[in-house]
Amino acid sequence: MREAWLPLAVLLALGLAPLAGFGGSYETTLMARAMILAIAAVSLAFLVGGAGLVSLGHAATVGVGAYAVAILDAHGVTEAARVLPVAIGAAALFSLATGAIAIRTSGVHFIMITLAFGQMAFFTASSLAAYGGDDGYTLYSRTEVLGTRLLEDRLAFHYLCLGLLALTWAASAMLLASRFGRVLRAARENAQRVEAVGLAPYPFRLTGYVIAGAIGGLAGFLLANATEFVSPATLSWQRSGELLFMVILGGVGRLWGAILGALVFVVLETWLAQQMQHWKLVFGPMLILAVLFLRGGLAGVVARRHG
Amino acid sequence: MTTQLLLVQALNGLQLGILLFLVAAGLTLVFGVMDFINLAHGVQYMLGAYLGAAFAAATGSFWWALLLALPAALAAGLLLEVLVFRHLYARDHLSQVLATFGVILFVNEGVKVVWGAAPLQVPVPALLEGGIEIMPGLQYPLYRVAVLAAGIATALGLWWLVERTRAGMLVRAGATNAPMVSALGVDIGRLFTLVFAFGAMLAGFAGVLAGPIFSVEPGMGDNVLILAFVVIVIGGIGSIRGAFVAALLVGLVDTLGKSLMPDLMRLFLDPSAARQAGAALASMLVYVAMAAILAFRPAGLFPVRTG
Repeated sequence: MREAWLPLAVLLALGLAPLAGFGGSYETTLMARAMILAIAAVSLAFLVGGAGLVSLGHAATVGVGAYAVAILDAHGVTEAARVLPVAIGAAALFSLATGAIAIRTSGVHFIMITLAFGQMAFFTASSLAAYGGDDGYTLYSRTEVLGTRLLEDRLAFHYLCLGLLALTWAASAMLLASRFGRVLRAARENAQRVEAVGLAPYPFRLTGYVIAGAIGGLAGFLLANATEFVSPATLSWQRSGELLFMVILGGVGRLWGAILGALVFVVLETWLAQQMQHWKLVFGPMLILAVLFLRGGLAGVVARRHG
Repeated sequence: MTTQLLLVQALNGLQLGILLFLVAAGLTLVFGVMDFINLAHGVQYMLGAYLGAAFAAATGSFWWALLLALPAALAAGLLLEVLVFRHLYARDHLSQVLATFGVILFVNEGVKVVWGAAPLQVPVPALLEGGIEIMPGLQYPLYRVAVLAAGIATALGLWWLVERTRAGMLVRAGATNAPMVSALGVDIGRLFTLVFAFGAMLAGFAGVLAGPIFSVEPGMGDNVLILAFVVIVIGGIGSIRGAFVAALLVGLVDTLGKSLMPDLMRLFLDPSAARQAGAALASMLVYVAMAAILAFRPAGLFPVRTG
C-alpha cells in the first residue's frame, strides 16, 4: 500500500478543488461525473482485478440504478431514504439473476454472456415508453434527503460523491483483503486448487458479482442525480467498454488504478471534445496504444517508479 | 397474422441469418484458431457497406462496386491486422476487447469524417429490381431473393473450402489444437493472417449485400457484431457448421419475434402496452435464447475444442 499516496493525493485534491477556485458549475459538474464513473470503475476493478471476472455489461448495473431513480421520480417518490435502497437493491437483484447464469461460464463465454445481459437491459430501457423510451427521461428534481433539497447544493453533492468514492474504494480494498477476498483471488488464479482445498468458487464469485452490481447501482443513483436525466445510452455496451477502459488505463492489479483511470478518462474525453469535433479519431488510437504499451496501466507506471 | 405475412417474415429472417452467417464465419474462425476476440469485426461489415456505396456512386454500377469493394475490404482487413491485431494475439482477452474497441471508435468516427453522419442509400441494381411471385398474389423483392441465394452459395463454398481442402483442414486443426498444428511445422501466423483477411472480406461482402436493403450509416456494424457474437457463442466457437445453424436461428428468432411478439402480447395486454412489451421482448429474444443455450450447453451447440 506504500504507493497508495497517489490516490490519496488525488482524493485530497478533489476535496480541495472547490475551495481552490474550481467551485464553478462547470468544474463541479465535470468532477462529479468523474467521481461517479470512478465509483463504477472501482466496482468493475473489484470484479476484473479481484475476482478475474471480465464483465462487458457493467454499465447495465449503473443503468438499473439510474432507472430506479427515474421510475420512482415518475411516481412521485423522491426521498433518498427510499430511492437509494431501491436503486442499490434493484442493481444487486439484476446482478444476482444474471450472475447466477453468467458465472456458470468462464473466459470468452463470460464476456459474451455479460454483454448479452447488458443488451437485454438496454433494450428493456429503450422500450419503457412511460419513462421516455429511446429519448430518455428528465427528472423533475434531484432526490431529496430527509425532505431537504441537499443534493441541489453543488458543494454538498460534490462532497457526497467524493465521500462515497472514498468509501467504495476503502470497502472494496478491505473486502479483497478479507478471507472472502482471498478465496476470490485464489479462484482467479486457480479455481481447481480452490476446489481441492474444499471451497466451491461459485458462491464466492456470485457474491462478488452482486456486490459489484450493488455499487454499480449506487453509481447509477448518483449519475441520475448529477445529470437529472436518464436514457438507455447509460446502459449501452459502449459505456461498458469505456468502464473497462478506465480499469485497464488505471491498471488492473490495483483498485485505486480505476480511480485514476476514470479521472484521466473524463478529463481526456472532455478536453479532446473541446479541441475537435471528431475527437474519437484521436481517442480510439490512444486507447489502442494504451493497451499495447501501457502494461499494468497508470498504477503500474507509478508502482515501477517507486518499486 | 396471415400465412403470407408469416412467409415473408420467415424469408426476411433467413436473409438476416445469411448476412449474419457471412459476418460470423470470419469471426468464429479467427476466434477458434487464434483465441482472439475481435470486436472490430463489425467494422469490416460497415466498411464493406460504405465501400460498396461509394464505388456504386462513383461507377454507377452495383456490380462494379461489388467487384471493387471486396478487394478493398480485404486490404482494410489486412491493414488492421498488421497495424493492430497482430500485436494482440499473445495478450489476454481483456486487452483484445479494449484495443479492438478502440478500433471501433476510430473507424466509426472515420466514416463520419469521410462520408458524413447521414445515412447513405444504395440503389438496388437494375437487373434485380422488382419482385417475384413466391405465392399466388404475393410478391417478394427479387434483390432479397438474390441475397439469399448468394449467401447460400457462399456458405456452400465455405463449407467446401473448410471441409474439403488442405487449407481448410489446417484451419480446422488450428481451431481444435493450435499449438499442436504449429508443432507439426505449419506456419500458424501465416495461416491466421490468411483466415483473418478472408473473414474480413466475407464481412465486407455481407456489408455490400446489405447496402441496398438497410441504410448505410456509422455504427451499423455494432448491432450486427453483437448479433454475430451471439451466433458464434450459440453455435460453438470455431465451428462453421455451428455458425450456420445458429445464424439462421438467430435471424429467424429476431425477425419473427419482432413481428409476432406484439400480436402475441395482445392476448394478455391492451394494445399499446402489448406493442411496447412485445417490442422489448422481441429485442431480447435472441439474448434469452443465448443465455438459455449457454446455461445448458456452456460450449454451444457444436463444440469444437475438446479439453
